[in-house]
Amino acid sequence: MSSLPTTVSDTRVLAGRNLKRIPRQPDLLIAYTVQPVMFVLLFVFVFGGAIDSGSFDYVDFLMPGIIVQSIAFGGFVTALGLSEDVQKGLIDRFRSLPMSRAAVLTGRTFSDVVLNCLSLVVLFAVGFAAGFNFIDSSVAQVLLGIVLLLLIGYAFSWIFALVGLFSSTPETANSIGFTLIFPLTFASSVFVPAQTMPDGLRQFAEANPFTTFSDALRSLWIGTPPHSDVWMSFVWVAVLTAIFAPLAVSRYRTVAAK
Amino acid sequence: MSDDAILVEGLEKSYGSVKALCGVDFAARSGSVLGLLGPNGAGKTTAVRILATLLEPDGGRAEVTGLDVRRDAAELRARIGLAGQYAAVDENLTGFENLEMVGRLYHLARPEARSRAQELIDGFELTDAAKRPVKTYSGGMRRRLDLAAALVYHPPVLFLDEPTTGLDPRSRLSLWDTIEGRVAAGTTVLLTTQYLEEADRLADRIVVIDHGRVIAEGTSDELKGEIGGERLDVRLEDPADAETAVSALTGMCIEEPKISDGSVSVAVRQRKGMVAEAVRRLDGAGIGIDDISVHRPTLDDVFISLTGQAADGDEADTQVPEEVSA
Ligand SMILES: Nc1ncnc2c1ncn2[C@@H]1O[C@H](COP(=O)(O)OP(=O)(O)O)[C@@H](O)[C@H]1O
Ligand SMILES: [Mg+2]
Repeated sequence: MSSLPTTVSDTRVLAGRNLKRIPRQPDLLIAYTVQPVMFVLLFVFVFGGAIDSGSFDYVDFLMPGIIVQSIAFGGFVTALGLSEDVQKGLIDRFRSLPMSRAAVLTGRTFSDVVLNCLSLVVLFAVGFAAGFNFIDSSVAQVLLGIVLLLLIGYAFSWIFALVGLFSSTPETANSIGFTLIFPLTFASSVFVPAQTMPDGLRQFAEANPFTTFSDALRSLWIGTPPHSDVWMSFVWVAVLTAIFAPLAVSRYRTVAAK
Repeated sequence: MSDDAILVEGLEKSYGSVKALCGVDFAARSGSVLGLLGPNGAGKTTAVRILATLLEPDGGRAEVTGLDVRRDAAELRARIGLAGQYAAVDENLTGFENLEMVGRLYHLARPEARSRAQELIDGFELTDAAKRPVKTYSGGMRRRLDLAAALVYHPPVLFLDEPTTGLDPRSRLSLWDTIEGRVAAGTTVLLTTQYLEEADRLADRIVVIDHGRVIAEGTSDELKGEIGGERLDVRLEDPADAETAVSALTGMCIEEPKISDGSVSVAVRQRKGMVAEAVRRLDGAGIGIDDISVHRPTLDDVFISLTGQAADGDEADTQVPEEVSA
């Protein structure tokens, strides 16, 4: 086992390396900037008029959900990057160095946190431009929402790490990621209230953590009940991380030792 | 502790039902170059990956500078540099950034990692490309960058798995110089290759493996000696004389002479006096000689006699990195 200072320093080196690629790859840059903007504009102005969001403006209802979706999706660059590292043999280079072995994964999840902070800035900017307002929300509640979002992003980084380590190519990782996230986010209260859904789908949506996350942020940012979603969200984050981090680590060991 | 920087005893490794190594032994003295020679699929890469702690052996012992690959893996990694069979570099970083990253992961301080990276970039003739992402590099350039990464930290033991596969002849020569420079500075090198010329030039000792077993071992001279002395080649003025020439030479050769294309080639016991003797005999038989020479067998001859196939005859799964225009 490597010492803690070694692990921290190696994590920083690798996180820096992961971040360097973002501005160099136009498709990734677009995924982090243009894509969320498109989603917001599409939903607010195209579907918004037809969606019943109760007593709220649709943009106020939508922004917490769409931010959850974008942040959860933010970790997909980890899936791409890890499967690429395995495919290109870079994992072998890392494993032959006297560095912390954990750093390959912690470096990934750490750079995802940085990227998610950048996404948040873009999302808030486009949200405010489209007319989003915090309603009955204290500074503490706004900040708690942001902390929750970053933790959600962190939990999903581990899920994406696992996806990346199971994918033989970055393309596979990409399509597994999309297949996983899209049904989960659409069959939830991310875009529309769950109460409006037909039976079956509604029950699924209500059990879906994306519904819990979106409703938690709504309760923090636009004052909707129920507030229990907030602590339930933290439980979900802890459970997801506790399940997927060890799975990713064990999968990493298997893949790397081949 | 012995004087061996690399020590392998009874090493075994299987992938499912494929036995890649079936009890391999070899050793490399500190400061020497050991050439691991064998055709595709012989088990060379498997042996290197075990020594570099990337793979766990199923049985046997493997030590580097006295450190066990299983027990002392973490400590061992601080003593080795590895250039694997396929270049392991980050496509999205520049050449310089790749080397700086590796230096930082060897825990060099940033300024040291940077100056070392610049030194290697210049040494491997990558100066012009240093600031370009590696995805714009040609196969040969990636290969050189990967080798540079193995040298970042001046490790006492270097593992080079087919380091010159895919390099142009000039890069190959310059890499050989680099390796010789490292060895002169005291580094121990384990080099795998399919090129006999490479083993001949660089290796102090050569271990020939095939199908996961050591089939021969020794210095290049010893290996050549093992398959029987010298060869005498005679080119005849008139190819039609070949049969007569063979019968004239029969008394002096140790195996059936070979005839090809107006030349006669015979294996002889020893070098001394052979040319004079052959000329006398052929002259006596009235045969005109165009050219006559004695040469020692090449490693190619050794390989063919040991394995029944040419060392580089099986190219089917040798992946030569494609040249991308630089
Ligand atoms: N990951 C693997 N899975 C299954 N078989 C493998 C694997 N790696 C190597 N082999 C097999 O093990 C044998 C030795 O391979 P290798 O060590 O790569 O030989 P070399 O480097 O001499 O070409 C070959 O038969 C090869 O097909
Ligand atoms: Mg090989």
